[in-house]
Amino acid sequence: MEKVQLKDKLEIILIGGSAGSFHIIMNILRGLENNFSIPIIIVLHRKNDDKTGLIELMNSSCNLMVKEAEDKDIIRKGFIYIAPSDYHVLVEKNGSLSLDYSEKINFSRPSIDVTFQTAAEAFGSKVTAILLSGSNQDGTEGLKTVKEFGGTTVIQNPKEAEFPFMPDYALKHATIDKIIGNEQIVSFIKNCDSKHQL
Amino acid sequence: MKPQMMELLINEKELGLILADLNDKHGYDFSAYSKASLTRRVNRIFALDRFPSFAEFRYQLKSDQEFLKRFVEEITVNLTEMFRDPSFYQTLRENVLPTLGTYPLIRIWHAGCSTGEEVYSLAILLKEMNLLHKSILYATDINPSVIKKARNGIFPLSQMKKYSENYINSGGKNDFSKYYSANYNMVKFDKELSRKMVFSTHNLVSDSSFNTFQLIICRNVLIYFEKDLQERVLNLFNESLDSLSFLGLGSKETIKFSSISKLFKQVTDKERIWRKYS
Repeated sequence: MEKVQLKDKLEIILIGGSAGSFHIIMNILRGLENNFSIPIIIVLHRKNDDKTGLIELMNSSCNLMVKEAEDKDIIRKGFIYIAPSDYHVLVEKNGSLSLDYSEKINFSRPSIDVTFQTAAEAFGSKVTAILLSGSNQDGTEGLKTVKEFGGTTVIQNPKEAEFPFMPDYALKHATIDKIIGNEQIVSFIKNCDSKHQL
Repeated sequence: MKPQMMELLINEKELGLILADLNDKHGYDFSAYSKASLTRRVNRIFALDRFPSFAEFRYQLKSDQEFLKRFVEEITVNLTEMFRDPSFYQTLRENVLPTLGTYPLIRIWHAGCSTGEEVYSLAILLKEMNLLHKSILYATDINPSVIKKARNGIFPLSQMKKYSENYINSGGKNDFSKYYSANYNMVKFDKELSRKMVFSTHNLVSDSSFNTFQLIICRNVLIYFEKDLQERVLNLFNESLDSLSFLGLGSKETIKFSSISKLFKQVTDKERIWRKYS
């Protein structure tokens, strides 16, 4: 029963990024203090290559524990989970993660939509989903689902994104609660920890 | 509707009804599959086939054998490729097969083989190491349609460039194209490779072991199972492995948290291959 209670209390932040989002994500990781308690799942499109040392780089830049999402991981406070290359990350209703090697979605595996949608179904209104720069449609369907289940939808301001297409596509096709500029992204996420700031 | 538009067409309760039907009527037990993925797959086929209502979907699943086949094919993930994760095959080539080569007979079980690309990959390795003649490759999957494809050994020509690169990255030294003959847009792999393969359906949830083996390969199957079922299947593998034999899993799968882990040692730090020591 412990897991269910965990889920009831737990909020979760999802971040999806593609081309042009890497330095924004690194800024977020650098900006969070070690008392930040909301778990974060990051889905970053990248080349299908495991040997880049990406997780090590991210972990060494962050005061929190950054780890690759592993199959059946229990989502825990103080952890940041990175979707592994070439697998989708799904959020289960019991508060754990599953990996999945099914078809690419929006030419992407990991797909942002898959993580956003399953997290929305599992965590409902406790989800805050943030979509960053990219040149792909991934994330928009996920944001729709997040909205449908009462969560909060956020995009990087397309005008400030290196590749505006992805957040712009979401803006045109989904209901977006908040558009944030590059300078505000870290403070927005920090503010989520006290309460949703909307 | 695009299948990836995943509004929840089938809710949790309805999914429960379908799973119960599948078990009662057809003997397929999906109840211990990871829920998020299973829900997506069921919703996907519901949307793809444009069912007007859940009731009709449920009725067809109960009464139509052809649809049942298609359903099982669609809800299990069958994506695979030859020499998937080339470093896995390199480790088999360098750290596993030389040991197995000292045995008089090499029995291999490829569980969840899907359309067979990885079974043919392994057969190529065995042939190159001159071990194929004393090997038997048992290849099984829950899904009869993919077993049929695997038995034929016919794959799309369009994939061969990638497979050839994978082969080379796994340490392959030959011209990959010598293993198949192309015909229009398909290729057929040499009969010699499939001569030692035995294909059969097998359900890891409900069927027991059928032999003991020197190598079991089961890649990207356990991720679709909940923890308890993963544990059960790993125990099934353990019971089916002789001492000093090997188990290879997918690149994100592990025995680390299972009760069998203390009986095994990982062969190299990087690859998900373990050897049984007791």
